[in-house]
Amino acid sequence: MSSDTISELDAHLEEAKKRIMNMPEVPMGKLPPHLQRQRTRVFCNSDAPTNTEGIQYSGAYASMGVDNSVRLDQFIKNFKVEVIQIKHHVDGNVYDNFMEFDMIGIDAALANAFRRILISEVPTMAIEKVLIANNTSVVQDEVLSHRLGLIPISVDPRLFEYMSENDTPNEKNTIVFKLHVKCTHGRLTVRSDELMWLPNGSGFTVETDPYSDKKSKPKTYTSFSCSQDSLPEFSDNPISLTHSDIIIAKLGPKQEIELEAHAVKGIGKTHAKWSPVATAWYRMLPEVELLEEIEDQLAEELVEKCPVKVFDIEDIANGKKRATVARPRACTLCRECIRGEDWENRVALRRVKDHFIFTIESTGALPPDVLFTEAVKILEDKCERILSELS
Amino acid sequence: MDAQPEPVSYICGDCGMENTLKSGDVIQCRECGYRILYKKRTRRIVQYEAR
Repeated sequence: MSSDTISELDAHLEEAKKRIMNMPEVPMGKLPPHLQRQRTRVFCNSDAPTNTEGIQYSGAYASMGVDNSVRLDQFIKNFKVEVIQIKHHVDGNVYDNFMEFDMIGIDAALANAFRRILISEVPTMAIEKVLIANNTSVVQDEVLSHRLGLIPISVDPRLFEYMSENDTPNEKNTIVFKLHVKCTHGRLTVRSDELMWLPNGSGFTVETDPYSDKKSKPKTYTSFSCSQDSLPEFSDNPISLTHSDIIIAKLGPKQEIELEAHAVKGIGKTHAKWSPVATAWYRMLPEVELLEEIEDQLAEELVEKCPVKVFDIEDIANGKKRATVARPRACTLCRECIRGEDWENRVALRRVKDHFIFTIESTGALPPDVLFTEAVKILEDKCERILSELS
Repeated sequence: MDAQPEPVSYICGDCGMENTLKSGDVIQCRECGYRILYKKRTRRIVQYEAR
């Protein structure tokens, strides 16, 4: 090797050293911004989202002196719930019963656990047994029973017990409804308000052996020890259905339906009719950032591009216009704004990984906020069960 | 077995009239003379699962 090349190498080394010294200093215990962004955001690019996974490993950033482990005190400090709106009212025939709230600082696994528990594990009451005495309508017995099962009942399921296979139906586990309609002439639409609550239990008697003792009281399909409307929970709050205008069947002349429907407590995992929510879902908070100043012509183009009106135009000096992000929450991440030439360099779409916009639509058994606290209690029970099994 | 057979009521397939027939009667509607009569649905309770 000639001395020439050695001195050249030395010069290179010297320069490299200088460059390293000139790099911006990253304080220990804090992530550089690009890593922090990768950790906390999902990048929604025009082709596919990246950085979708959460960084779970506690030592992922150990070399930078950042602790990535989950700590209870940190979680308690950072976790927030913000209720955006609760609607619970009946307006004519439009029944609104939903709530939207933000859950901030929680892992996707937990947010999803709450969603799944809401849908399939929070109990409600639903019609399970249908005793048909007469049905001359065109709706077959099976179809009619299935329709009845799906009608939401407005009653607090916490006041009832589950009925297991060998249990006899009593006032603590069964609600009985009666439906008796007959069409005299023309057509008759049978709606859910025809279902009458029977607080004393079944009125149908079980056919017994004719040779047995006829003096004993006739046996019915339920054995209530007392009337349900004498119980304090229901005395001034009779059990009813959420909607009074659900069509059950349509009758022609001389057609008749006479039946009893027995509702019991159950969960959505067994059958969707017990699900307390019309649906419950969440989405991650959208984050829209303008990477450069977007002015005049381009600004108007951007506002035009967005179908949900995320962007606005503000006037700046000299009659110029500038695009601003006005309503990022409305963004559906349709990516229309980053479609086309160069737009991906102007706008960045991201989602905040630990910020969930949760929506719960209740079917009317319980208000949505109560449903959520019930879901939390169920998850708590599950955790306790695991702990007791492990110990 | 029962001594006297009970009269059973049937529904006319044409006019929907209710007819009570005893054994040995002619199968014919008293109202319109139609010869197809339907048996009524049982009043016995049938139990279904609402699923």
